[in-house]
Amino acid sequence: MKGKVEMGKTLAEKIWAEHVVSSTAGEPDLLYIDLHLIHEVTSPQAFDGLRLANRKVRRPDLTIATEDHNVPTLNIDKPIADPVSKLQVDTLRKNCAEFGVRIHSLGDVEQGIVHVVGPQLGITQPGMTIVCGDSHTSTHGAFGALAFGIGTSEVEHVLATQTLPLIRPKTMAINVEGTLKPGVTSKDIILAVIAKIGTGGGQGYILEYRGSAIRALSMEARMTICNMSIEAGARAGLIAPDQTTFDYVKGKPHAPTGADWDLALAYWKTLVTDYDAKFDKEINLNADELAPFVTWGTNPGQGLPLSASVPNPAEISNAEDRGAAERALEYMDLKPGTPLKSIRVDTVFLGSCTNGRIEDLRSAAEIIKGKKIATSLRLLVVPGSARVRLQAESEGLDKIFLDAGAEWRSAGCSMCLGMNPDQLKPGERAASTSNRNFEGRQGKGGRTHLVSPLVAAATALKGTLASPADL
Amino acid sequence: MDKFIRHTGSAVPLRRSNVDTDQIIPAVYLKRITKSGFEDGLFAAWRNDPAFELNQPQYKSATILVAGPDFGTGSSREHAVWALQNYGFKVVLSSRFADIFRGNSQKAGLLTVILPQEEIEKIWKEIESKPETSITVDLQAKKVSYGSTSLDFVIDDYTRWRLMEGLDDIGLTFTKIDQVSSFEEKRASFKPKTLPIR
Repeated sequence: MKGKVEMGKTLAEKIWAEHVVSSTAGEPDLLYIDLHLIHEVTSPQAFDGLRLANRKVRRPDLTIATEDHNVPTLNIDKPIADPVSKLQVDTLRKNCAEFGVRIHSLGDVEQGIVHVVGPQLGITQPGMTIVCGDSHTSTHGAFGALAFGIGTSEVEHVLATQTLPLIRPKTMAINVEGTLKPGVTSKDIILAVIAKIGTGGGQGYILEYRGSAIRALSMEARMTICNMSIEAGARAGLIAPDQTTFDYVKGKPHAPTGADWDLALAYWKTLVTDYDAKFDKEINLNADELAPFVTWGTNPGQGLPLSASVPNPAEISNAEDRGAAERALEYMDLKPGTPLKSIRVDTVFLGSCTNGRIEDLRSAAEIIKGKKIATSLRLLVVPGSARVRLQAESEGLDKIFLDAGAEWRSAGCSMCLGMNPDQLKPGERAASTSNRNFEGRQGKGGRTHLVSPLVAAATALKGTLASPADL
Repeated sequence: MDKFIRHTGSAVPLRRSNVDTDQIIPAVYLKRITKSGFEDGLFAAWRNDPAFELNQPQYKSATILVAGPDFGTGSSREHAVWALQNYGFKVVLSSRFADIFRGNSQKAGLLTVILPQEEIEKIWKEIESKPETSITVDLQAKKVSYGSTSLDFVIDDYTRWRLMEGLDDIGLTFTKIDQVSSFEEKRASFKPKTLPIR
């Protein structure tokens, strides 16, 4: 045999190699971008940059915009009340018109959170490179795509050249074997992963989620896991495509058809990590041992099973973690030793790019059906997209939530980051299906516990953090 | 982008880990459509506290931020970099930066330097006891120095060169645009397009 034996490649390495436009020793690879998603918050300065340099959008046909971050979820048929938000949304509309970019505005049936819209349109497909000026772009990795968040300078770079210069990250396998117990969801898997490796554990890596527990998940559950790769410090996380993926993509508006479908499918089936490939790092989790998870602190790594109690910082040996825990408990107004299940919440938020899809709404509605939420709290239900909202309404889920005493809203990022009027008040405590429990993330002075949709629903009924088994 | 060769200035300690970009600049400040004026939102929640380091008179003129580990986690908002620059920071030192924040800082010309946590601790002690301490960050020599201490740091040669020349990444990619065109000609027919709308 001539030459050296080629080592097998991981899935991430395969997709990377397929997209290298130019590679020079000592320089980052120039990577081709198959799809660029944009929204109102991280794009205005990028379009300004294009105008200043007299550049155009190279591939409007690989670009799509939606309004999601700061749009209201009430009265969407009226002009946006906040003049600053309105200016930012109007700027996106003007920029898209000027540069020929497709946009789905408030009121459009395809409007919604950018990471919910891509998959439902079928423009998210296996083997692609996908970027967006939003760190939760990792969501699209669920399809076996290499998808990651970028900053505004990079947004401008992609608009102008459809490429990005990037140094290839290392690869980490997250192996989850076994079977999830009833009441345990993919949200609990990812919260457990982050608690295990920490918020910096994935820095410099692309994560690949593998194992029987991952294979058993639906596409939407896989999106929840990949979505929070960034909370583990990784810019991207992905899952090899399989029959579940192909079935989900087939028939979507922009899915390949006819001969193109056959070509695509043949290619997609090659998108697996080779048996002899080597990851730079491997982490193992046993799905049988997982329980509903909840965060107690102010970073997503500060989480525990719901049956546990608030930890005592004095018992944490690592000084850095101890200091962070002390600060977090002060901000969260929690005492060490308090059972997590005794914590009262004021607001339950069901929505976001993490858990605002139809399966999330269905699973919560099933718990809530025919019951009333606790009188001490409010339950905000915000579908991830206008289509998700319509689908839910066609199934009568809106009525289940409204009858229980919840608020049924229009689509957007909403209280996940509180850029629109949906915010916590200072001191308010939320159980939230979103992705970040940072100080003030959901409103200045607000306190956040990250949970799954099932825990959110049970908590809404009980008034304290609870899983369906506690009802 | 301004060229960065070396910078000398005083420094402010930020003894916190996991300072996410929501803390650096909260979402309510992200509605602006310019790259300037974000200094008022920098660490907005913490700046209400008179004891917060940036509010202390001895650190008012600091241009180097000495941060805890995992600085810049969370949201991809480049506004976090702009806010630090608008406020007057030229350099951030930390033992660990989040990937997207580090990438953004290198695009926008804010130098992020990785030093071992034990060296960060020593710098914290130094500037807490002597806030007037002058620190030099030399990108050309890849050194951070103060008093009698001199520390080497690692940065990839390509990024270092680009920052030292103040080069625009997009301009550099345009020198390879023919290769982009050739690549596009070979892309598979089944790859999705957003237009025309289906």
